[in-house]
Amino acid sequence: MSLLNRENSRVTTTTPRLSGKIHISLKKQETITGWLFILPILIGFLVFVAGSVIYSLVISLTKWDLLTPPVFIGIQNYIRVFKDESFWQCMYNTVYFVIGLVPSVLILSMLTAIAINQKVNKLTSFFKVSFYIPNITSTIAVSMIWLWILNPTNGLINTLLHLIGITNTPMWLQSVVWAKPALIIMRIWQMCGYYMIMFLAGLQTIPETLYEAAEVDGARKWQKYRYITVPMLSNTTFFVTIMLIIEAFNIFEAIFVMTEGRPAGSTNTLLYYIYYNGFQYYRMGYASALAWILFAILFVLTLIQFRLRRKKEQQ
Amino acid sequence: MEVNFLKIKVGSIIFYSVMTVLSITMIYPFIWGVTASFKTTAQLYNGNPFNLIPNPITTYNYERVVELLPFGRFVLNSLFLSTFVPVLQIILASMAAYSFARLNFKGKNIIFLMLLGTMMIPGHVTLIPNFIIMRILHWIDKYEALIVPSLVSGGNIFNIFFLRQYFLSIPKDLEAAAIIDGCSRFRVFLNIILPNAKPALATVAILSFNRKWNEFLWPMIVMNTYEKMPIQVGLQYLKGSVNTNWGIVLAGSTIAILPTIIIFLVFQKYFIRTVVNTGLGGQ
Repeated sequence: MSLLNRENSRVTTTTPRLSGKIHISLKKQETITGWLFILPILIGFLVFVAGSVIYSLVISLTKWDLLTPPVFIGIQNYIRVFKDESFWQCMYNTVYFVIGLVPSVLILSMLTAIAINQKVNKLTSFFKVSFYIPNITSTIAVSMIWLWILNPTNGLINTLLHLIGITNTPMWLQSVVWAKPALIIMRIWQMCGYYMIMFLAGLQTIPETLYEAAEVDGARKWQKYRYITVPMLSNTTFFVTIMLIIEAFNIFEAIFVMTEGRPAGSTNTLLYYIYYNGFQYYRMGYASALAWILFAILFVLTLIQFRLRRKKEQQ
Repeated sequence: MEVNFLKIKVGSIIFYSVMTVLSITMIYPFIWGVTASFKTTAQLYNGNPFNLIPNPITTYNYERVVELLPFGRFVLNSLFLSTFVPVLQIILASMAAYSFARLNFKGKNIIFLMLLGTMMIPGHVTLIPNFIIMRILHWIDKYEALIVPSLVSGGNIFNIFFLRQYFLSIPKDLEAAAIIDGCSRFRVFLNIILPNAKPALATVAILSFNRKWNEFLWPMIVMNTYEKMPIQVGLQYLKGSVNTNWGIVLAGSTIAILPTIIIFLVFQKYFIRTVVNTGLGGQ
């Protein structure tokens, strides 16, 4: 019977797909299955993402300590953000992190990727793996180990500095001057393996014929890097730059474990400040307004990155 | 010719020595930390950083970790969460991915775009409202808070995209043949798509395990009782506010790091392939 039905309505199929073998009565089944399959995700999305985002916007217009009912105060939280010295200090610290992190990670990961890409053997895959390990391990645990590494009296780094004859070693995390560089060193160590893999992927897309042509023209090795490799990696480079800037805004766990924003707010970041306002001071409205400002900044950055990703995919 | 050969050899030596030094820099902190966790306090504070071998080897730090905090519970909680949550995530993500990859229905594209947009929203915007939603649902300090929101977190949305991409690469003919034979869409999904997508499912499972194991901020905010905390949250309590015993901290950190390193060493190609293909990796 069902076979008969299928035969009949095949004639009425308006847009035959899969060379006309799919049947219109299946169309309904497809719709039902389709919706059923996305329903759980959709419901969760509507509550914990879409609903939450709208809720956050509402909260950001209130003064709310969770104990007493929220008071609507309009955009006062947002006005307050721009007058808040701590906010500007967070922004300054983030810019510092961007300047410290982006070029060093970029150069280190690109150079190591180019180096590794030249030889393929067991040793180079060992290099790849060992570079990547800091990235997959928990930042919390790694930060604990780094607290010990950066320890001014018998930490690894200062002991090494003593060995090469530097006696006036920095206090690292206890010092206003050195706390940010210390965190930057730790983040470079943690992240560059990840970006090295991205550059390796980028290197694989450069056609071999370009190098062969250059060789015919008598190009030297460094000329090949200068005029072929680096320009051909420009897409990846830009992509990585944006990701690194976003990363600089998102430093949280290392701050949480290692400095708590100290000394004197010199390592405070926007994300840590949001956490601090929300869950230490219970300023839900103010923390939400801060979160929205962080979101606005990251949104612009991510938009650029998505554009670029699409461009990359089309190639 | 000989000069050229020499040049290559010198170049190789420089390359391998520089890379070896860098590689050691990358893994030395782990080796240093792990070996130090087996040292006595005296050796820990007085020894030089190149003296890696604990002498005598002591498990005192590990015994103290278990004494100070319910560390066994932390590990069990994390193991439970990082296996159970990925399973749920994969079930829901693969269903949605199949729907987006293979089924045609009205509204599909809009929903897909909406989810795509979600990936652009950093978790921090939803941190506070989701915490309040947890309070409304009375899920504070309950495992529900660590399970349910994860199913639609950025991580799982990433899983949907990743799986969708893979499902698109499975030949359509396989599916069409089954449907002509009267197979329902659900059975196609279960018996054809999923078995054919094993490598992608494995990748997603491993990355999700890692992500959940390392999760920190959200569980720290919603969980209050020691006995219910995952390991990363529990770990930070080892860091004393006044006097930190580094042997104990390092023992705890070793426990918190070890599973991810083992899994990475066994499955490293999955991690690396994901970065190569999507540029997102375990993030």
